[in-house]
Amino acid sequence: MAAAESYPDDLRYNRDHDWARVDGGEATLGISWFAQDSLGDLVHFEPPGDGAEVAKGSSYGEVESVKAVSDLISPLSGTVIEVNQKVVEEPETVNEDPYGDGWLVRIRLADDSEVDDLLDAAAYKAFVDEQ
Amino acid sequence: MQTLLRTPLYERHVALGARMVPFAGWEMPVQYEGVIPEHRAVREDCGVFDVSHMGRFEFEGPKVPAALQGLLSNDIDKVDVGGAQYTLLTNERGGIIDDLIVYRVEGGRFILIVNAGNREADFEWILEHAGAGTDLRDKSDEFALLAVQGPRSLERLGLDEAPAFTWEMGEVVGIEVMINRTGYTGEPGVELMVMTEDAGSLWDAVVERGATPCGLGARDTLRLEVCYPLHGNDIGPDTDAISAGLGWVCALDTEFTGVEELRRIKADGPARKLVAFVMQEPGIPRQGMAIEEGGEVTSGSHSPMLDRGIGMGYVDASHTEPGTMLTIDVRGRPRRAEVVKKPIYKKEA
Repeated sequence: MAAAESYPDDLRYNRDHDWARVDGGEATLGISWFAQDSLGDLVHFEPPGDGAEVAKGSSYGEVESVKAVSDLISPLSGTVIEVNQKVVEEPETVNEDPYGDGWLVRIRLADDSEVDDLLDAAAYKAFVDEQ
Repeated sequence: MQTLLRTPLYERHVALGARMVPFAGWEMPVQYEGVIPEHRAVREDCGVFDVSHMGRFEFEGPKVPAALQGLLSNDIDKVDVGGAQYTLLTNERGGIIDDLIVYRVEGGRFILIVNAGNREADFEWILEHAGAGTDLRDKSDEFALLAVQGPRSLERLGLDEAPAFTWEMGEVVGIEVMINRTGYTGEPGVELMVMTEDAGSLWDAVVERGATPCGLGARDTLRLEVCYPLHGNDIGPDTDAISAGLGWVCALDTEFTGVEELRRIKADGPARKLVAFVMQEPGIPRQGMAIEEGGEVTSGSHSPMLDRGIGMGYVDASHTEPGTMLTIDVRGRPRRAEVVKKPIYKKEA
């Protein structure tokens, strides 16, 4: 069952439709409701390796629907400490729950000041409305 | 900016919430609810596709049977009135200008259903090569075409069974249609040719009877699972029928454009062949990806029935046996795939 449109207030977003939930020196990353809706039913998640370095603004993996492939653009820089294996095995989890069970990776932040560059929910929602 | 054409069912697609995309100059529904549920509906029950973008030619005259024998790869003499045939429009090199279905209406009267993207090229080619005693007309705008496909499609439409590649005039929910026993999904079903003004009523009635509206996304995954080639992907003017595995629609004992070249390729054995493969590792093959053993993916997607990546591509003749392992370059990542016998998906008996 597809999720209803929402952009939670406790997340920060980039303009590539990726979100980050920052918790101390770590962050959980995923894609927004808008991103999963644009792609359609996800059928593949190509994750980074454990321990991979990810850079803000660069691709850290891919998600694919039947028709399209999309790079995951990291909103923050850091080191991958966990990949969501549930999404590797059942990519449709992202469509069902993009901000909960459908998270993609957890990273240890390299520079937590980068968080200030990200959009809050209201600013991201305004950005989505222009698309 | 190019203006996109719209079928008579455009408003219905929008009202159903379809995602509309440009395809071969047309604005077409790629999906309604989603590719995967639509795909499953066709495999398990019944789906309906608007394929009104396809071209319809009427070809009539005393010299038409001879002209078609010379233009098309298959043997037109084997098509009786009420019959249909899958065939290829070939060039001098044995390349495939288009793949199409020809229907015999009367002795010297035929209907050709061609791919939307090739409509103009086909028309010009046939006009140029057909000769006197033939009259070719493009009647595409006067008709709509609905493909109703799936194991329960006849039951839902109230139609009796009939052999594949036959057609008859009849009524479906009180609307006069040409009922064609053809399709592009590997499932039982029909393609209904209807006058443009009746298309909306027919669509509504078919949906009312339980057919799931399906878009071009599901059409592509369905045809790929059963290895039907897509012109522009798997076959084209620079690929020949023998290498593409379409020798079965080439009557090499008849004389048609490019037949000498096809006879030679068949006698020598093609250097490369179109194979089907199933991914053995994560990743989805896509058109244009390199096959490291020498070759290229021509169609690739996710198979909803197998729940893994599948595709077709041309490989060296030494790598075509089922069980052969291939390596697909998935955006820089080498991923293993196994050559399989066509079709990739076959319903369990």
